[in-house]
Amino acid sequence: MKFDFTEEQKSMMEVGRDFAEKEILPTQEQDEKSHHFRKETFKKMAELGFFGCVIPEKYGGNETGHLCAALLTEEIGRVSASWTLPFNMQMWGPAFTILNYGNEEQKEKYIPALVNGDVIGAFAITEPNSGSDVAGMGTTATETDDGYILNGQKMWISNAQTADMSLVYAYTDKAKKHKGISCFLVNMKNNPGIKTAAIETKLGLFCAPTGEIAFEDAKIPKSALLGQKGEGFKICMWQLNNTRLGCAARGVGIARGCHEHAIKYALERTQFGQPIAEFEMIQDQLALMYVEYEAARLLVLKAAYEKDQGNIGNTLSVSTAKYYAAEAAVNASGLAMKVFGSYGYSSEYPVERFFRDAKSLQTVEGTSNIQKVIIARAILSK
Amino acid sequence: MNIVVCVKRVPDTETKIKIGGEGTKIDPAGVEFIISPFDEFAVEEAIRVKEKLGKGEITILSLGSADAQTIMRKAYAMGADKGVHLNDPSECQDTLAEAQALAAALKGMQFDLLLFGKQAVDYDNGAVGVQVAKLLNIPVVTRIIKLDVADGKAIVERESDMGKEIVEVKLPAAFTAEKGLNEPRYPKLMDIMKAKKKPLEEKPAQLEAPKLSIVKMDYPPARPPGKIVGEGEEAVPALVNLLKNEAKAL
Repeated sequence: MKFDFTEEQKSMMEVGRDFAEKEILPTQEQDEKSHHFRKETFKKMAELGFFGCVIPEKYGGNETGHLCAALLTEEIGRVSASWTLPFNMQMWGPAFTILNYGNEEQKEKYIPALVNGDVIGAFAITEPNSGSDVAGMGTTATETDDGYILNGQKMWISNAQTADMSLVYAYTDKAKKHKGISCFLVNMKNNPGIKTAAIETKLGLFCAPTGEIAFEDAKIPKSALLGQKGEGFKICMWQLNNTRLGCAARGVGIARGCHEHAIKYALERTQFGQPIAEFEMIQDQLALMYVEYEAARLLVLKAAYEKDQGNIGNTLSVSTAKYYAAEAAVNASGLAMKVFGSYGYSSEYPVERFFRDAKSLQTVEGTSNIQKVIIARAILSK
Repeated sequence: MNIVVCVKRVPDTETKIKIGGEGTKIDPAGVEFIISPFDEFAVEEAIRVKEKLGKGEITILSLGSADAQTIMRKAYAMGADKGVHLNDPSECQDTLAEAQALAAALKGMQFDLLLFGKQAVDYDNGAVGVQVAKLLNIPVVTRIIKLDVADGKAIVERESDMGKEIVEVKLPAAFTAEKGLNEPRYPKLMDIMKAKKKPLEEKPAQLEAPKLSIVKMDYPPARPPGKIVGEGEEAVPALVNLLKNEAKAL
């Protein structure tokens, strides 16, 4: 077993780190305040190939792999959790799912454009009355002679209001329960039956758009169906097992950002005539943050490595990483706030942002409870 | 258009330097190494010239230990085509000996532009570029902030305390890059992957016995503690007095 990164991986981490510090950090404060998704930042990430890691060269990708994508996500997440979302919204979500389930026409139409940033992607699963219970969704796709008609509502959809295309999960046959769900590739623009609205009431991730989508007799063509009819639930679970890796890597980035800021502050801040880093209780907090960051990172790297070896369906590893990284990020942000004292409570310092952003990880793409269910089922059936 | 860019591997500018066991070298343990930032401007400029002309070949030349190849690959990922590594396990720091080794290698290479950073950010001598140009008997313009190439000549800008200079120089010529020349690009992931496949020739550096050696390294003296002279208006005369007579800042 080798723990060393290759020179190429190190170079990619350096690019991610430089990009975060030079392209995201300088405008972060104003963008966070104005909830601004900076399109040019997104485009630059795409041009560097950030969204092509797990995509073959044939479709505009660079085949650097899941491990590289996870490392990049961590480097970006260390500065901004918001700006890690495009890895999922472009690559691990739509593009990689189309690569696995799409026909050649769909692959050529969508994957290169998602990778190069010409098309902004999304995936729509959650609804007002269905979150963890995916099969409880109410959105329907009624087949007609020339296509499908979508009706229903999706909630908490990243990029809802900015996306050009979205994977949309909907029932084509309610009677078949979860085997009646299908997945569609839906063009989000210029469809009179699709309305979107931004959700402005969220706690964090302010530079990553979130919204709701209403489908009201939205007509889509037959060619929009991804995979087979009734295969949607399977596709959804497959997709989540990839996007969760992105969430987990985001958690690692947050945990690292928190402990780096906390160490710097603890060494600079003086109380009772000495840097607070000299106090054992502060050391306890710093040590805990470090341990959990390291553990979360190793879990993420292991899950990413397995995917690169061809084991894409590694749900136990991914859910373990996602659960632990989410908890580690939340813990790290809480501990960092304690180290920072009242400055931790201030929006002038980054840790309160990490604190708000980290909380999303216990909910998105399968709550921490759902991850534990997946983990328990897997280890009990071994 | 053939362009050669000389690059040096140096400790990251954010690294806290530790002096090694014998007291004459930097302890490399835990140190991140990078292309010297001024050399990176030179690499970027070479790529821009090639892109603008739509043709040309960029060769990276680096003198140093085997680890120098890592930063050469970074220049490859940015867009350089090939490179020559002059292996020097001793990591010689005598600029004249370094310049002689580089010049010896350059004598066997065809180039129109020879680019350097204005100085390496490790020892900050700022000497090698000029010394190489002298040894090759070609013109050199230092600390350039703009470079235009056409019709066998280059028009470059450089800034000095006196103002801006615009210099026209016949090629082949050497140039040393100043901050402001350009903003280096981030390598694309695909180009990082392709970099390992680009040709890299390794040969021993022809180093003469250095005439300069580092006898001892020392840390800068600790800064003396600050002085609070008082508060409010009453403190002003004492503060002015200290600024004038002690700090000699006024």
